[in-house]
Amino acid sequence: MQRIENLMKAKAIELLENGTVNRVLGWTAGDFYYDNTPAIFNSKEEIEKSFVYNSFCGANLSKYLVKERKNEGKILVFLKPCDTYSFNQLVKEHRVNKDNIYIVGIECQGHLSIEAIKAKGIDGVVGLEENGEEVTVKSIYGDKTVVRGEVMLEKCLSCKSKKHVAYDELIIVNEMPEADSMKRFSKVAELEAMTADERFAFWKSELSKCIRCNACRNVCPACTCTKCVFDNPESGVDAKANADKFEEKLFHIIRSFHVTGRCTDCGECSRVCPQNIPLHLINRKYIKDINEFYGEYQAGADTESKAPLTAFTTSDIEPGSNLKEGK
Amino acid sequence: MQEINKEYQPLIVAFCCNWCSYAGADLAGSSRLSYPANVKIIRVPCSCRVNPMFILKAFQRGADGVIMCGCHPGDCHYTTGNYYARRRMTLLFDMLDYLGIEKERTRVEWVSAAEGVKFSNVMNEFAAKICELGENKRLEDLRCKE
Repeated sequence: MQRIENLMKAKAIELLENGTVNRVLGWTAGDFYYDNTPAIFNSKEEIEKSFVYNSFCGANLSKYLVKERKNEGKILVFLKPCDTYSFNQLVKEHRVNKDNIYIVGIECQGHLSIEAIKAKGIDGVVGLEENGEEVTVKSIYGDKTVVRGEVMLEKCLSCKSKKHVAYDELIIVNEMPEADSMKRFSKVAELEAMTADERFAFWKSELSKCIRCNACRNVCPACTCTKCVFDNPESGVDAKANADKFEEKLFHIIRSFHVTGRCTDCGECSRVCPQNIPLHLINRKYIKDINEFYGEYQAGADTESKAPLTAFTTSDIEPGSNLKEGK
Repeated sequence: MQEINKEYQPLIVAFCCNWCSYAGADLAGSSRLSYPANVKIIRVPCSCRVNPMFILKAFQRGADGVIMCGCHPGDCHYTTGNYYARRRMTLLFDMLDYLGIEKERTRVEWVSAAEGVKFSNVMNEFAAKICELGENKRLEDLRCKE
């Protein structure tokens, strides 16, 4: 990882100095080893001082480009394979200007979840040493070795692709593991197999945890409306804590429906949720349905194809006809 | 349970497109065909106008069932509106089912302006189904109840 970070730093400094770009979008070190934050770097000094890339850089940087579109000059951005899908989707929706962006695709071995590490009883993390499947977590209480697959972010455990779909150049040192995109739907299928009562109980317990912090909306690369219905006090559904049992359902159903066919399944919603609600399961259900009803479709795989909800065929299936009888 | 349901009057919201289904409802009326009085019709310019939020809002405000009626596929006044609506509703209703809301509470039916009989049959059938299911407890908003 250290090697990639150094390569990235060198690349960023090189492109800044030769004038290709005037700023760099990457991750800056936070107060702790594991809370790296997306940040803009304007100079060589800033990069040398705080630029960081390690296995706690799970954030998808593509959404930050929407805001950066307003600023002059070209920007350098580091994107992981899954982030490039979000990038393509933003290009498709004319939310970013491709000509003003220089993409360096970076290697991704799957990012780690600090919650999962803490759940293993490891506190006070100060560093990582990675050796393939084995990760040695260094903490103020000593070192502990864990298996990578056990402490990865949910979105990385069910990685959809390790292929960069948009980039100007790549920085890849080690070979990346193969991704099995169909694995993503196993939990959805599991829920589908339950009875309606069980599903309702499951979602009630999950969604009622929602505190309406709007983090899922703010981080979502598909949620780029400048005016959001959930910010409009006239709508009757504006941001508020769920005072009743309907509020959170409406928010999550509408939000996920709005990104249907545009959601690239980057998994950011679940990653940022402070209540650990498995929001990706809602989006994945839509993706699974679209794949089943209207043919395989991966949002962000290209910038030209028509989104499933803006297209139709005369022989589409009838609403409700796929559903089983009974409660 | 059966005892209660005899007394129980469900509230049903029907979104009807202006060009076919609303005219179909009109025909049902002028042909003196009966359909349950607790079906509240909301006229929309096209089935495509039905925002998923409308459906959820109807449930929130106490509807026990929501039905969307439009022109038969291929007969849309705006040529293609109902094709888009069909995809949307397929996904939305599947999602509601996935979240555990009984799938019988939602329905899409294509009713043309000449199908007064179909309109009345569909509404009778749907109302009977909702009566059987009883009150909508899963999507209501308590603040909207008296």
